[in-house]
Amino acid sequence: MELWKLGIKAAREGLEKGDFTSRDLVEAIIARRNEADTKIGAYLTFDEEQALALADANPKAVPIAVKDLINVTGQPCTCGSKILKGYISPYDATVIRNMKARGFIPAGRVNMDEFAMGSSTENSALGVTRNPFDLERVPGGSSGGSAAAVGGELCYAALGTDTGGSIRQPASFCNCVGVKPSYGRVSRFGVTAFASSLDQVGPLAKSVEDAAILLGAIAGHDEMDGTTPKDPVPDYAALLAGASLKGVRIGVVKEYAGIAGLDPEVKRITDEAIAKCTAAGAEIVEVSLPHAEYAMAVYYIIAPAEASANLARFDGVRYGHRSERSNDVFSLYTRSRAEGFGPEVKRRIIMGTYVLSSGYYDAYYGRAQKVRTLIRCDFEEAFSKVDAILTPCAPTPAFKLGELQDPLTMYLNDLFTIPSSLAGVCAASVPAGFTAARPDRPALPVGVQFICASFAESKLLQISKAFEEAMK
Amino acid sequence: MTSPKIDVAYVAELARLELTEEEKALFQPQMESIVKYVEKISSVDVEGVPPMMHGRELVNSFREDVVRPSMDREKALGNAPARVGDEFLLPKIVEGAES
Repeated sequence: MELWKLGIKAAREGLEKGDFTSRDLVEAIIARRNEADTKIGAYLTFDEEQALALADANPKAVPIAVKDLINVTGQPCTCGSKILKGYISPYDATVIRNMKARGFIPAGRVNMDEFAMGSSTENSALGVTRNPFDLERVPGGSSGGSAAAVGGELCYAALGTDTGGSIRQPASFCNCVGVKPSYGRVSRFGVTAFASSLDQVGPLAKSVEDAAILLGAIAGHDEMDGTTPKDPVPDYAALLAGASLKGVRIGVVKEYAGIAGLDPEVKRITDEAIAKCTAAGAEIVEVSLPHAEYAMAVYYIIAPAEASANLARFDGVRYGHRSERSNDVFSLYTRSRAEGFGPEVKRRIIMGTYVLSSGYYDAYYGRAQKVRTLIRCDFEEAFSKVDAILTPCAPTPAFKLGELQDPLTMYLNDLFTIPSSLAGVCAASVPAGFTAARPDRPALPVGVQFICASFAESKLLQISKAFEEAMK
Repeated sequence: MTSPKIDVAYVAELARLELTEEEKALFQPQMESIVKYVEKISSVDVEGVPPMMHGRELVNSFREDVVRPSMDREKALGNAPARVGDEFLLPKIVEGAES
């Protein structure tokens, strides 16, 4: 039996029946990784000894691949950066503690864009990750290793993080389900911060049900993260029973009609997804997000601003790379950071420092926060009319490695995912089909995005599940 | 909004980031185009709109203020690039002081 093909639900059933143990699941992934990951490059490291020890201690647990910015005791946590070479985590992130208590163990660390900044995983300083559906193409990013591991059947499911689309866009590129929870639903404690008002941890999985199980295992209040309210975590997976699109009001965004840069095949697949929803009994309603066109600009002010502050902790003092060329404290800071960070991280630090600097703060950061309020209000208005909003997930299918050189062009990948991130609501990417094969491009997976109101994960997952069923 | 030219070398210094000449030459036009792009928010009417300070509006998220054990010192120092005893070792900071 090829255990590595299983998802969480099937793995759990087999564990319950005694067909196999957690050790068998880990060993299957180790064998699969040795065979297939040499081509894909999803994993950065895999501590076989620790994974097997955890499996033996938890014989009914399902192993989960972990994005390399989530701390797991005794494991590296590189964040895809040279600056954290050699770093070993002294503690478990809350999401890891939660999932260990609920039948999961961490197994393997997967690649990512450095400090989660990017949309292709090409910004990783530690290795190339390829799209399992076409090795010439990127897996998306920043959770590209997570998505490639799930899409390439190199794990049962994975954890990723999403700041402006970093779970959803790679999920779309690699044919998996990716959920970005509402801001505050999942603790960020122990997760290396990129943009603190936007970051969320979420699952990338082989089915909506698997994603629901894993989200339920990591979510909830954490006194180490003051942004997680005490709202109880519903049993997301149990609530999927009988999920239907009948009578569900699905919004399509007026402003996205005829939007520039949308690949015709992505448009076709999104239109077909809307038709599937209608056929399954959903009511399609036009909604307006009048300020969505400013979301990219707002994001590329707020996210770098927060990143420039968060990344100030990498100074060569307490952990991480320290320059050998430094002779005083100032050069220790400037040179350790110069040697440790890659180009995209440097650009974002410069951008963030600029928009927060004296004389520009009000015009950029202050103003962006106000426009962010308007974007959130657009969503609140829309969700007074509809249960969910359906959009393309990414404007294109996976692009080629090295194809996008200009930073701003790369940023446009997150066109459809950024508005919901800024609003703090929840969203999921669900597989919706494949592009038609062309001489220059094989058939590639494409996901659509469902967006629901803040803390409406139950509804989001039910709608996603019903859509997944409708696509079968 | 005024349209100031971003001085990459100066901002990098504020950010404690040493750039090579090649990086300065590469980043300067890239940052100018990014700054130009984000300036589109200057046309939005934000009169009377409150700023959204965080991802979720929460007020006074408190927990009990109780003393509890913190991270073990050896663990906290475990990733130190350089240490002396129980302290992180750094180059001399104060001018004229004994190092």
